[in-house]
Amino acid sequence: MLKLNNISYIIDNKTILNNINLTLEDNKTYIITGPNGSGKSTLAKIIMGINKPTSGTILLNNEDVTNNSITIRAQKGISYGYQSPVKFKGLTIADIINISTNKINSNEELSTILASVGLNYDEYSNRELNDKLSGGEMKRIEIAGIINRPSKITILDEPEAGIDLWSFNDLVELFSNPKFKKNKTTIIISHQQKLFKIADEIILLKNGKIEKICNNGNYQDLLNCHNYCCQKRCKHE
Amino acid sequence: MNNDEEKILLKITDNKKPTGAFNIRLNKKSVKKQITDNVNIISKAENKGLDIIIKEDTPLEFIYLPVILSESGLTDIVYNDFYIHKNAKVYIIAGCAIKTNSNKKSTHNGIHRFFVDEGANVTYIENHYGEGHNHSKIFNPTTEVYLKNNASMEIKTTQIEGVDNSIRITKAEIGKNATLTINEKILTNKDNYTESQFEVNLNGENSSCQITSRACATDTSTQIFKSNVNGNNKSFAHIECDAIIKDQAKVTSIPAVNANHSEANLTHEASIGKIAKDEIEKLMTLGLTEIEAEQKIIDGFLK
Ligand SMILES: Nc1ncnc2c1ncn2[C@@H]1O[C@H](COP(=O)(O)OP(=O)(O)OP(=O)(O)O)[C@@H](O)[C@H]1O
Ligand SMILES: [Mg+2]
Repeated sequence: MLKLNNISYIIDNKTILNNINLTLEDNKTYIITGPNGSGKSTLAKIIMGINKPTSGTILLNNEDVTNNSITIRAQKGISYGYQSPVKFKGLTIADIINISTNKINSNEELSTILASVGLNYDEYSNRELNDKLSGGEMKRIEIAGIINRPSKITILDEPEAGIDLWSFNDLVELFSNPKFKKNKTTIIISHQQKLFKIADEIILLKNGKIEKICNNGNYQDLLNCHNYCCQKRCKHE
Repeated sequence: MNNDEEKILLKITDNKKPTGAFNIRLNKKSVKKQITDNVNIISKAENKGLDIIIKEDTPLEFIYLPVILSESGLTDIVYNDFYIHKNAKVYIIAGCAIKTNSNKKSTHNGIHRFFVDEGANVTYIENHYGEGHNHSKIFNPTTEVYLKNNASMEIKTTQIEGVDNSIRITKAEIGKNATLTINEKILTNKDNYTESQFEVNLNGENSSCQITSRACATDTSTQIFKSNVNGNNKSFAHIECDAIIKDQAKVTSIPAVNANHSEANLTHEASIGKIAKDEIEKLMTLGLTEIEAEQKIIDGFLK
């Protein structure tokens, strides 16, 4: 379980996150959505420890982790799949998967992990994580690492970005699999309505504030929420 | 050879025991030599070096030529000449390991010349490794390459660790349709000094050359990379120098490309900098400490 208490983030006199309060439970999937620049990635980075909140506290299973480093939080079970995956000169795809999964995978294991995001082992495992990979390939590798990483809190930042439709459907299926959701909290930052259906709760962030939370169980409520997001966005466009 | 010598030998042979054609040079003398039907190794007078002759059409042979200096205070100058005849294919693993147990300087100057005949294909691996007292292990390798028409050569050099002072010189003359690829990896630490110089002449039509240098300089070490590539014909060259710096280290990159022909296509790229913060952060989100993350990135970069 993850609890955020009064989280604010101010940088250069600009309030990016404004007093966020959230309780996210185990075995549940949460979608965080909202307009570009509303603070979704910033919130994810604050949970991971990449950004330090200006005020507020973060509790992981009732333990205060606000002052823990990125490393300690990762070791305690928080993981984050980046919106824009980081490139490395020198590290191969196999290297990053091994680091992500905390073990040296056999060729068969690597092959299964890569296949789960539609990548061919022979073609990819020894390639470097450099500029030569396409955006969608980078994204698939990032997702493969994070979904196969043992964790209590899994955050995926726009997993659909750059992924083709065919693979996206596989992803939706994977996220709805009870095995995947088991014993952890899943947080997916997304603009994709198709993903809203698999969420237990949808959190709408606007201007750094929680605008609305739609609860699970009431499909109409989810739909309303998704209309709501839509209407809001359509109005601005 | 004693145990220590065997150990440092494996450091420069990619952990493989020499088989096939080889010559092991220990403290200025050839101590073990083996030749094959296709590869002849002839010692020059006064142990000055070797002539290595590879027969025409040799399918693929491995040749090991390690040099070990385990007595302190020696200066070993070696002249090795390789004659690789038409259409032969060889894989050569050479290099030098120095172990010192006093402040007396040990120096290895290896002067290697490669005469690569038409259609021949050479892979040349050169590893340098030092162990023991600071300021005592000096390596000055010179490599000269002469590629005839349609010949190709790939050079992979690695300065693993413990090289206190080094001036590395590589010169090449490249003929028609011939290709030279160089991959250099250098790690310096403490107050090591390494200078790497390349002088390449692309003389033949459609000759090409690709030089990739990856370096990591830490502590107060200094590295200088100089390349001078001349496109004297319709030719192609790409030079890339990529360096990571840490601590108070210094790296200078001076790549020069000279087009002396209107169809010479020459490019260079140099980038020097710290490890990017987001690279370290990403590995930390996977549970590594900052120091572990840095080490992982450097190891990968120089792998
Ligand atoms: N280091 C920073 N300095 C100044 N402003 C920042 C910084 N980091 C983020 N911001 C700003 O904070 C706001 C929120 O950014 P964030 O990346 O969290 O948005 P997001 O909701 O993830 O948007 P998107 O849907 O485009 O991914 C943006 O206006 C952004 O420009
Ligand atoms: Mg974002």
